[in-house]
Amino acid sequence: MEEVKLHGAWPSPFSYRIIWALQLKGIPYEYVEEDLSNKSSLLLQYNPVHRKIPVFLHGGKPVCESMVILEYIEEVWPNNPLLPNDPNERAVARFWAKFADDKGLSMWKMFRTEGNEQEKARTECQEMLRQLEEHWPAGKKFFGGGSIGMVDIALGGVAHWLPVIEEIVGVNILDPLAFPKLLKWIYNFKEEPIIKQNLPDQNEMFLFLKKQREILFLSP
Amino acid sequence: MEEKQSEVKLFGTWASGYCTRVVLALKAKGIPYRYIEEDLKNKSELFLRYNPVHKKVPLLLHNGRPVSESLIILEYIDEYWNHSPKILPDDPYKRAKVRFWADFYDRKLKEGTVAIMTSRGKEKEKAIEGFLELLKVFEEGIAKDFPEKLTFSNSQPLDFLDIIVGSSACNYEAYNEAVAVVVDPKRNPLFFQWMTALKECPLMKESLPPHDKLVAKMKSFQSRSV
Repeated sequence: MEEVKLHGAWPSPFSYRIIWALQLKGIPYEYVEEDLSNKSSLLLQYNPVHRKIPVFLHGGKPVCESMVILEYIEEVWPNNPLLPNDPNERAVARFWAKFADDKGLSMWKMFRTEGNEQEKARTECQEMLRQLEEHWPAGKKFFGGGSIGMVDIALGGVAHWLPVIEEIVGVNILDPLAFPKLLKWIYNFKEEPIIKQNLPDQNEMFLFLKKQREILFLSP
Repeated sequence: MEEKQSEVKLFGTWASGYCTRVVLALKAKGIPYRYIEEDLKNKSELFLRYNPVHKKVPLLLHNGRPVSESLIILEYIDEYWNHSPKILPDDPYKRAKVRFWADFYDRKLKEGTVAIMTSRGKEKEKAIEGFLELLKVFEEGIAKDFPEKLTFSNSQPLDFLDIIVGSSACNYEAYNEAVAVVVDPKRNPLFFQWMTALKECPLMKESLPPHDKLVAKMKSFQSRSV
């Protein structure tokens, strides 16, 4: 099998999307930790357009953008599938994965801003959760069904990073009364062994992100 | 070729490049469909029922099952009607590349054209410069990953990138006239070459909105978004 490498960063949910997919499919890989304040020349060579992690390498050939990487992994290693077989169900899964990917950015906007801008981001974040709660497939443990799929992976940021952001900026969005299905999913997702074993420490993340936010608002 | 019994409906609006994408894909594959022009100021009940989350066009209804988001619809069409011509390449690495550039086009360039339309004066100039820098990146990326695009000819079937990009960028003359000159043979000769050739493709010609009507629409959108 050709060599598999992942350039990632421990605080990034986008990095973890790839780790989860590789672990769920049992694909051996080499992990390279990137210091985002001092990006390696290799990273810039592999991803000259966005200069971001994650970057996935298969036989030395780079694939960039986490959702694109997930589709690539799914196609090359179809075991333990992350997408359903039926074309219409696949389209529905891709819709919600894109939704989670696009709208999930609102939590990071909330983290990076204050005042009116932050309030706007918070509203967007809440609306995202409201849509998910409303359209959650009935009686399913994960969005993918009995096992974790692409939508669950795309939503990982909501499960593990949003609670940390909430604490740092001082908001409470993940209300169990407003989002019972979502909160149940968060519990199930984080209890799943492969996910549980592959999550950054929340305390460390809190300290790291708190510092990042302080730096943001110190800069002139 | 196996004939698949199916009823295909497309809800769209004539000016939307996203809708043109789906029209191109359906036509390229020879899939019969019924087109329904949706009035966005007065959305139909059927449309809202099958598309409750974003309430946007295009919406594909196949045997009563909805698919939305243009890129997702294209992948669906290619998967369900998996006869040739194929819209996406077969090789997973090439598929990753087309998806990467489609994502870049939609998130950076398409958004950029809207930013130009909704800004004025110095802000507009800044938006144009920003857009042109991104177009350069896109052009260089396509030249590296898909050099065959630069020698596009009518005899080639339309593929994913032709459809994604051409559905809006082939209207560059209308945009140049109504908003700002952003597709210029001097600044982006390779991109210009690709779009000029793509524009002449019969399928593209018959699917793009009429020039004058589009110019009027763009001008109206611009003046409304002050």
